[in-house]
Amino acid sequence: MFKLFRYLGKREWAMAGCALLFILGQVWLDLRLPEYMSEITVLVQTEGSAMGDILHAGGLMLLCALGSMVLAIATGFLTAVVSASLTRNLQSALYHKVLSFGSEEMGRFSTASLITRTTNDVTQVQMVLSMGLQMLVKAPVTAVLAILKIQEKGSPQWTLLTAAAVILLLVVLGLQMVYVLPKFKKVQKLTDNLNRIMRENLTGLRVVRAYNAENYQEGKFTGANDALTDNNLKAGRATSLMGPFMSLVMNGVSLGIYWIGAYIIEAAGMGDKLTIFSNMVVFSSYAMQVIMSFLMLSIIFVLYPRAQVSAQRIREVLDTAPTMQNGTETRGDGTEGEVVFDHVSFRYPGGDGYVLEDISFTAHKGETVAFIGATGSGKSSLVNLIPRLYDVSEGSVRVDGVDVRDYDREALRNKLGYVSQKAVLFAGDIRGNITLGENGKGPEDNETVDKALSIAQASEFVDNLLDGVNAPVAQGGANFSGGQKQRLSIARAVARKPEIYIFDDSFSALDYKTDRVLRERLKTETAGVTTLIVAQRIGTIMDADRIVVLDDGKAVGIGRHKELLKTCPVYQEIAASQLSKEELER
Amino acid sequence: MNRNMMKRNVPLDKNEPHPKGGLSALARFCKPYFPAIAVALVCAVGGTIFTIIGPDKLSELTDVISAGLMGGIDMAAVTRIAATLAVMYGLSFLLSVLQGQLMTGVTQKASRQLREAISRKVNRLPIDYYNKTTFGDILSRVTNDVDLIGQTIQSSIITFVSAVVTLVGCLVMMFVTNWVMTLSAIAATLLGFLLITLITSRSQKYFVARQQELGEINGHIEEAYSGHTVLRVYNAERQFSETFESLNEKLYNASWKSQFLSGLMMPVMNFVGNLGYVTVCVVGALLALNGSITFGVIVAFMVYVRLFTSPLSQIAQALTSLQSASAAAGRVFEFLEAEEMEDESGKTKTLLNPTGQVTFSHVKFGYTPGRPIIKDFNLDVKPGQKVAIVGPTGAGKTTLVNLLMRFYELNGGSISMDGVNLHDITRENVHDLFGMVLQDTWLFEGTIRENLCYGKAGITDGQLDRACKAVGLLHFIRALPHGYDTVLDASVSLSEGQKQLLTIARAMIEDAPMLILDEATSSVDTRTEILIQKAMDELTRGRTSFVIAHRLSTIKNADIILVLRDGDVVESGSHEELLEKGGFYAELYNAQFSDAA
Repeated sequence: MFKLFRYLGKREWAMAGCALLFILGQVWLDLRLPEYMSEITVLVQTEGSAMGDILHAGGLMLLCALGSMVLAIATGFLTAVVSASLTRNLQSALYHKVLSFGSEEMGRFSTASLITRTTNDVTQVQMVLSMGLQMLVKAPVTAVLAILKIQEKGSPQWTLLTAAAVILLLVVLGLQMVYVLPKFKKVQKLTDNLNRIMRENLTGLRVVRAYNAENYQEGKFTGANDALTDNNLKAGRATSLMGPFMSLVMNGVSLGIYWIGAYIIEAAGMGDKLTIFSNMVVFSSYAMQVIMSFLMLSIIFVLYPRAQVSAQRIREVLDTAPTMQNGTETRGDGTEGEVVFDHVSFRYPGGDGYVLEDISFTAHKGETVAFIGATGSGKSSLVNLIPRLYDVSEGSVRVDGVDVRDYDREALRNKLGYVSQKAVLFAGDIRGNITLGENGKGPEDNETVDKALSIAQASEFVDNLLDGVNAPVAQGGANFSGGQKQRLSIARAVARKPEIYIFDDSFSALDYKTDRVLRERLKTETAGVTTLIVAQRIGTIMDADRIVVLDDGKAVGIGRHKELLKTCPVYQEIAASQLSKEELER
Repeated sequence: MNRNMMKRNVPLDKNEPHPKGGLSALARFCKPYFPAIAVALVCAVGGTIFTIIGPDKLSELTDVISAGLMGGIDMAAVTRIAATLAVMYGLSFLLSVLQGQLMTGVTQKASRQLREAISRKVNRLPIDYYNKTTFGDILSRVTNDVDLIGQTIQSSIITFVSAVVTLVGCLVMMFVTNWVMTLSAIAATLLGFLLITLITSRSQKYFVARQQELGEINGHIEEAYSGHTVLRVYNAERQFSETFESLNEKLYNASWKSQFLSGLMMPVMNFVGNLGYVTVCVVGALLALNGSITFGVIVAFMVYVRLFTSPLSQIAQALTSLQSASAAAGRVFEFLEAEEMEDESGKTKTLLNPTGQVTFSHVKFGYTPGRPIIKDFNLDVKPGQKVAIVGPTGAGKTTLVNLLMRFYELNGGSISMDGVNLHDITRENVHDLFGMVLQDTWLFEGTIRENLCYGKAGITDGQLDRACKAVGLLHFIRALPHGYDTVLDASVSLSEGQKQLLTIARAMIEDAPMLILDEATSSVDTRTEILIQKAMDELTRGRTSFVIAHRLSTIKNADIILVLRDGDVVESGSHEELLEKGGFYAELYNAQFSDAA
C-alpha cells in the first residue's frame, strides 16, 4: 500500500512532513499534561497551597492543552488534504491508465472489475488513510515517549506488568489477524460478485421482467448477499471482541499497578512512601498512554488488510503497461484514404486459433469495400485492426502507405470515422455526442453537426425533440431507440470529416429505406471518403466497389456483386437467402 | 473541448436526499432489530454504570493507600476493593462482548436486508425510472451507502447511548456532591457543545456533497469504461479526462472539507475536557479556601469531569458518523421509497390459456406527458395470426411492444386479450403469456443451462436439445468442455449472433402462448437467419406473434403487416396486397434492392 504514496505531489509531501512535526509536538504537549495534572493534584491535596500556584499550574496546563488542540487541528487539516489528494491522484492515475489501455487489457481485467477498482477500491484506501495516517504516526511516537517516561518513574514490577499486558495484546491481535485477515480479503471479491449480479439485473431489466424472472434474479442476489453477510458476520464478530478485551487489559493494568503499588508502598521505608505513591499515579497514566497507542495501532491493523487488498488491486492496474506502443508518424506518405491489408493474419492474445488468415486487399480513395460472411467469420475483427483496437499477428495493415503501428495513435484516428456494432452514446446532450473527441481539425461547428445529423437521417427525430440538438442523452443513450442510437453514432463519424469510414455492421438497426437513403447521402455528400462496411444484408453492400467474402477467417471471394454471384459459392448462398430469384437476376 | 458532455442535464437524482428523513426512515427499517438492539443497549448501560463506579472505586483504593502513607496501609481494605474492581471489570468485559456480538449481528443482518430491499426494488420500479438515473449510481447505493450505514449502526448507536448514560450518571453524581462546582464544570463544557454544533451544522453539507460527488464520478467512470472503444477511436480521451478531472476536483474539495471538519471534533473536545479539569481545580481550590468544601470533593470532581467530558467527545464522534450515515441513508431510502409500479395484489382475474385474440382499442401513449408517440392505435388480431410491424425507426414499433408487455402503462384506450383488458390482470400474468426475443442480446454470467431455462424449473435435457438444435447451436454447445453446464463468462467468447441464438432458444423453451420478436434476427448473419426463420415458423405456428423487423424478407409470410409511421398505422395488409398498393411499404421494400448510386 505504501507504494501508492508515490502518487503524492511535492506539496503533499511537504504537508505530510509538517503534519509529522505537528504530531510530534502534539504528543509532546499531551505527555506534559499528566505532569501538570499531578502537580495540580498535589497542590490541591496539600492544605495551605497558595491560590496563585494553582492558577499558575492551571494556566500552564491550559496553554499546553490549547497548543495541543491547535496542533491537532492543523494536523487534521493537513491529513485531510493529503489523504484527499492521494485519493484524487490515485483515481486520476487509474482513470488515465484505463483510458490508455487497449481492447486487450480491457478484456483481461473486464470492464466491471476496472470500474470497481477505480471507485470502490480507491474509496477503501482513502478510508484507511483518513483514519489511519494520523494514528500510524501518533501511536508509535506516543508509545516510545511514554515508555521513556515510564522508565524514569517505574518500579520493575510495574514495568513488567505493563510489558506483559502489551505482549498479551500483541498475541491476541496476532491470533485475530490470522482468523480475520482471510475474511477481509474475501470481502472485496464477494462485493464484486454482488455488484455483478445487480448490474446484470439492471442491464437486462426488460428480459428479466418479460420472463417473470424477478424471483430468480433476486434469488441469485440473495445467494451472493448471504455469502457476503456470512463472511462479514464472522469477521465482525471476531473484530468486535477486540474492544472489550482492550479495555479489560487497560483496566486490569491500572488496577494491577495500584494493587501491587499498595504492597510496594507498604514494604517501602517511611521516607520513600510519598515518592512511590506519586510515581504510581503518574506511572499508571503513562501506562495507559502506552496501551492506548497499541490500541490505535490495532485499529490500523484491522483496517489495513482491507485497504491492502484494495491497494493490491489498484496496483495491478497501475502496473500494467499497455501492450500497444505508440508510433510517431503523423501524416502518411501523401496518399489519402488508402487502406491496404497485406497478408494479414490475426489471433486474439491468448487465443489458439486464427481469427483471420492471410487477408490481402486494397481500398483506394473514395472506394467502398464491403465485408460479408457468417457470424464469427472474422468481419469485425478485420475492421478492428485498422484503428488498432488490436494489432495484427502477421502481415501488416497500412493506412495512407504507412503501417498503422508506426502512426501516432491520435493522428491515425483522426483519419478514421469508426462506428461500432453496438451504438455507444454518453450521458450529456446530442451535440456533445456528435462532437465527441477531437479530429485534429478544430472543434466542429453547428453547421457541421446539423449536416452530419441530416446525412445520418437523424435530423427528423432530433428536430422533433423538445431541445433539438441540445436534448439530453441518458447514460448509454437509454432514452433513444436502437435505430436512433445507431444514426446518432453514424452522425458522429460523419461530423469528424474523416478520410476513411469504418462501419462495423452499423446499419443493422435501420430499416431498408433509411439504410439506402443514408448510404446515398454519404456517397454524394462525402464523396472521396473511403468506406469500409461490415454488413449482413446483401442490399447494403451490393453496390460496393469490392466485396470481401469471409468464411471462417479466410477470404473466399473478392470482387463485385455480379462477379461473386457467378464465382463464389458462399456468396451465392448468402444472396439466395436474401433475394428472390427475380431480384438476383435483375 | 466540448463542454456539453460535462453537464448531465438529465435530471439525475438531484432532488434533496432528505438528510433528516434518512435516519428516521432507517430507524423504521430497523424495527425488527429493536429487541436485539434493546438487549445490547442494556448491556451497554450496565457496562457504563461499571465505568462510572469504577473510577470511584479506584479513587477509594487511592484514598486507602494514601491514608496509609503515614501509618500502615489497611491491606484488607485494599484486597477487598481490588477484588470488587476485578469482578466489576470482568462483568463489564462480558457485557461488552455480548453487546458487540449482538450489534455485529444486527448490523450485518440489517445491511443484508437493505441490500435485499434494493435488489427487490430494482424489479418493482417502472422501467421509466431507469431513464433518469445511472446504473453506477444505483450500484453505489448498494455498496458504498449500505456499507456506511452498517458501520454507523455498528458503532454509533451504542456509543451514543452509553455516552448519554455516562453523561447523565455523572451529572447526577456531580449535583449530589456539589452544585456550584457542577455548574462551573458544565459552563466549561457548554462551550464545547457550542463549538460542536457549529461544526456539525457545517460539515453535514459537505457530507451530503461528498456522497453525491462520489455518485457522479462513479457514474462517469462506469460510462467511460463501458464506452472505452468509442472514446478512444474518437480521440476523446482528453475531453473525458477534462470532465473527469473536474468531477474529481469537486469530489476532492467536498472530501477534504468534510474530513477536516469531522476531524475538528476530537481536538476541540479534548481541549474542552482539559479546560473543565482546570476549571474544577481552580474553582474547587477557591471553595476549599473558603472552607465550604473538603478536598475529597475536589478529587472526586477531578474524576467526574474526566468522565463527563469523554462522553461528550464520544457523542460528538457518533454525531459525525451519524451525519454521513444520514446522508447515505437518505440516498438509499430515496431509492427505496421511489414510486413503484401499481400494486397488483388485489387483482384476482387471470388469463391462462388465451386463444390469442388481441384487440388494441384507441391506444394513446407518450413517454413524456404532452408528447404523444402513439395517438390513436386500433387493431384487431385474430388467434394464431402473425402480425408484422414495420416502419422507419422512431415510428413507435418498440413502443407498441413495450405497451403490450405492460412495461409502460397506457395514457388512454385499452389493450385486451380474449376480451380481458390487460390492465385487469397482473403484469406477471401478462409476461407469462408472451415469449420475447429482443434486439439487445442479454445473457448473464452463469451456465448455458441457467441462461436457457432462465427461472423455469423442470426443463429436461431433451427439451434443451430440441431448442438448441432448432437454432443450430447444438453442435457448438456439445463441443464446449462442459456442454450445457459451461459457465458463460469472460473466458467463453460468444459472437453477437450466437448470443442472439441463445436468447431465441430461451424463448423457445419458455413456450409461451404468444410471441414477441423485436428485431430478433438483426444481429444474425443471413445463413443463420434461414435456420432461425425455419425454427421461428415452427414456433409461431398456431401462436399469435408480433414481429418487428427491418429485414422485410423475414416477414413476407406474415398474416398482417402493419406499416407504422409516427405512431399511426398508415397501411396494413399482406405482403402481396401492400406491394400491389404501391404505397409506403412498397417503397420500403424496393429500397433494399435499388442501387444506392
